[in-house]
Amino acid sequence: MELNRFQISEIAIEPDKLRLELQSEIAGAYTSFEGWVRNHNEGASVQALEYSAYKVLALKEGDRIIAEALDRFEIAGAAAIHRIGLLDIGDVAVWVGASSAHRGPAFDGCRYIIDEIKDRVPIWKRESYEHGPDQWVNCAKGSLA
Amino acid sequence: MKLTIEYYAVLRDQRGCSSEFLETSASTPAELYDELKARHGLSLDRSTLKVAVNEEFAEWDQPLKDGDTAVFIPPVAGG
Repeated sequence: MELNRFQISEIAIEPDKLRLELQSEIAGAYTSFEGWVRNHNEGASVQALEYSAYKVLALKEGDRIIAEALDRFEIAGAAAIHRIGLLDIGDVAVWVGASSAHRGPAFDGCRYIIDEIKDRVPIWKRESYEHGPDQWVNCAKGSLA
Repeated sequence: MKLTIEYYAVLRDQRGCSSEFLETSASTPAELYDELKARHGLSLDRSTLKVAVNEEFAEWDQPLKDGDTAVFIPPVAGG
């Protein structure tokens, strides 16, 4: 993991390793967020899902989000990783970590980064259901035939 | 004018390919998407998309140049 960068991973995310990178002598607080693959969405039973990314722009936009968080909040360091490819129920889809001298900015920075990732970074999720055709989440009009 | 167009997610499924070269008279991303939507029956309205030109977010009305690469970005769903 690179500190203060956004990354995309095709292999499993390991939060216990990532948090070590954020440790520093000036940091008295660390918060993290993990997004997990759950087995249901809007009433449908989800069996598996696949994330894909427009990688070049996703990395640029993710880096911009982390830079904004470093600028807005008194955080010592931050990083985020998003998984792509086929994921199973329970897998970590995204991890965000932030450290700071005190807990407030670490919470605020972590929240800002995950909220902006979900809103701005060109990554898409295709869900496979127990019943019915696969669907690209948030693209209902474009559901697969 | 010759452009490269890359497709992702639902648009890739609907277009049936991940990228293409296209000779077009479209002068802006807006005109280009409207042309592709009509030709390939793409489901998403332009109002739901963002557009990138040459690997950076772009305006719908900015002029396109020969050799540009355009990417239409469906509603994102990371996290």
